[in-house]
Amino acid sequence: MEKVGMLIDTTLCIGCYACEDACAERWGFPTTPDAPHELSAIKNTAVQQWDDVYVPHLCMHCEEPTCASVCPVGALKKTEVGPVVYDSDKCIGCRYCMQACPFQIPKYQWGKLNPKIMKCDMCYPRIQEGKAPACVEACPVQARIFGPREDLLQEAYKRIRENSGNYYPRIYGVQEAGGTSILYLANKPFEQLGFKTNLPQHPLPLLTWNVMSKIPNYVFWAGTLLGGIWWITKRREEVRQYERKLKKTDEQNHG
Amino acid sequence: MKIPRLTFWKAVFWIIVAFGLWATVIRYTQGLGGATHLSDRFPWGLWIGFDILCGVGLASGGFVMAATVYIFHLDHYKPILRPAILTAFLGYILVIGALLFDLGRPWNIWHPVIMWNPHSVMFEVGWCVMLYTTVLALEFSPMVFERLNLEKPQRVLHAITIPLVIAGVILSSLHQSSLGSLYLIVPEKLYPLWYSSNLPYLFFLSAVAVGPAMITIESFFSSRAFHREIELPLLSQLGKVTVVALAVYLVLKIEDVLGGNLFSYVFTFNLEGILYWAEIILGVIVPIVLLSTPKVRRDKNWLFASSLLVVLGFILNRMNVSITGIERSAGVSYFPSWMEISITFMIVALGFAAFELAARYLPVFPAEIVRAPSGEDEVEIVSFKEIPVESKN
Repeated sequence: MEKVGMLIDTTLCIGCYACEDACAERWGFPTTPDAPHELSAIKNTAVQQWDDVYVPHLCMHCEEPTCASVCPVGALKKTEVGPVVYDSDKCIGCRYCMQACPFQIPKYQWGKLNPKIMKCDMCYPRIQEGKAPACVEACPVQARIFGPREDLLQEAYKRIRENSGNYYPRIYGVQEAGGTSILYLANKPFEQLGFKTNLPQHPLPLLTWNVMSKIPNYVFWAGTLLGGIWWITKRREEVRQYERKLKKTDEQNHG
Repeated sequence: MKIPRLTFWKAVFWIIVAFGLWATVIRYTQGLGGATHLSDRFPWGLWIGFDILCGVGLASGGFVMAATVYIFHLDHYKPILRPAILTAFLGYILVIGALLFDLGRPWNIWHPVIMWNPHSVMFEVGWCVMLYTTVLALEFSPMVFERLNLEKPQRVLHAITIPLVIAGVILSSLHQSSLGSLYLIVPEKLYPLWYSSNLPYLFFLSAVAVGPAMITIESFFSSRAFHREIELPLLSQLGKVTVVALAVYLVLKIEDVLGGNLFSYVFTFNLEGILYWAEIILGVIVPIVLLSTPKVRRDKNWLFASSLLVVLGFILNRMNVSITGIERSAGVSYFPSWMEISITFMIVALGFAAFELAARYLPVFPAEIVRAPSGEDEVEIVSFKEIPVESKN
């Protein structure tokens, strides 16, 4: 199965929130019609409003997810087909994924005594059955479409080409944080719609792998260096012991 | 049975513990949400910023002194080695205790032993802390075995001291720097005055600088509590280690400003700018000037004051990295709840109490040099002796 993704065309979204309800149903969350439309521990997709534009948000399912790279026990993993999934059995609740995610996606069950991280999983169980994510199926205007990431990219470029007056000529998600499975189109610059546009255009895990990969080497040369210093300076100990012996014999002779 | 006198400090201790226990009950019956001011936008707070980041750094005296005595063979520092090891050992136990409060699922704290992600800095920190706490336990155990008069274990430990100390230095340098590496992955979140590719080196250097300062402060408190003289000549020399470490730290900080063209940030006196200057001036520049002056180093009170500045500057720096530097990008301002604060105080207070108990019942401090009545002959210190100290407080 090819790597899948989602293309979200914000010029089509009408803000009906059907996707939020479908997501809540799939996860078994209570529907909270009065709650603000923000991602939370009981909302894995949320449609924000920026003047006359509606912007659906969810986990970006990065190609090289920062969350998966920082998790000490590997509770978050990028599946082969694309979705980044969470195994709560492994989780220790350190919340590094929350701290590290450049899109600030993972939310926490702060009020629970056995808390989990909450985020969209692109309906991974449904995908494995050949179905589309619940939010995609629920969308009445096909603002969200689902399929192989490559095809979605082509579709996005096509829309920009054929309807250039209608679209800001960039696809968000091609290179942000090294590329994401969720791609966005809009009719104005993305920073005007609350998107983070100051992100590195390479995967963030590289920043720590630079350091981590050098550790085994460090252990060996530092161990050798410290052993060497011990060896060079142990003469002091030998001199001390010799002087002590001399002092003793001295005292014995004069005592 | 005599009722022990309740002195001021003992009362303070029990009040702190009482609040801490109350907060503990809230933490484990109402979860992190009920006990902290942490939120989705601000998942790491006081317990990470102070208890973990500062706690681990302030316990660095252990590996610094162990290396000094055993690797560099500077034997005359032996009198302050054991207190440093004790401080470090207790420090790491307290850090693990703090983790049991901060982790959302503390009963899973052992998971990194069998669930591996070598890409994660936190995985490496977890393993290094586990292994190093073991090393510290082994370095601490001779004090227990001596007290119990068990010769065989003492001999075994003596034989493995050098490899143990080398392992300790390697493990310490790895995780002290890795606490800084934790923040390498958030370049867009950490305020430019603190984000740098030098974070691992900065964290390591500040740990080395604060080790001798903590040892000095601990010596002062112990000298008052146990009525013994501080080893001023040794502590004066150690002050130089702090100077050098801080000087290299300052060079790296300047490199960061030049290399990252941070002048506009450095000279913007918003909250971040002010706190940045505070940590650099009070925690780095002033201590460098003070501790490089022999008159300051050789004066008991000036040495204590300078060491205190180093420690306070260190704490301010780590709180700046973890809290101040993150607030702007998080879009919220964070202040710990009374429960977070009282649990932190309780952990520190328990550390003081444990140190006092250990120093009373174990051969931590060397016997004083005894002078013969005539004042002419000196008895050399040949072994550590237990000091029978009356319960004063």
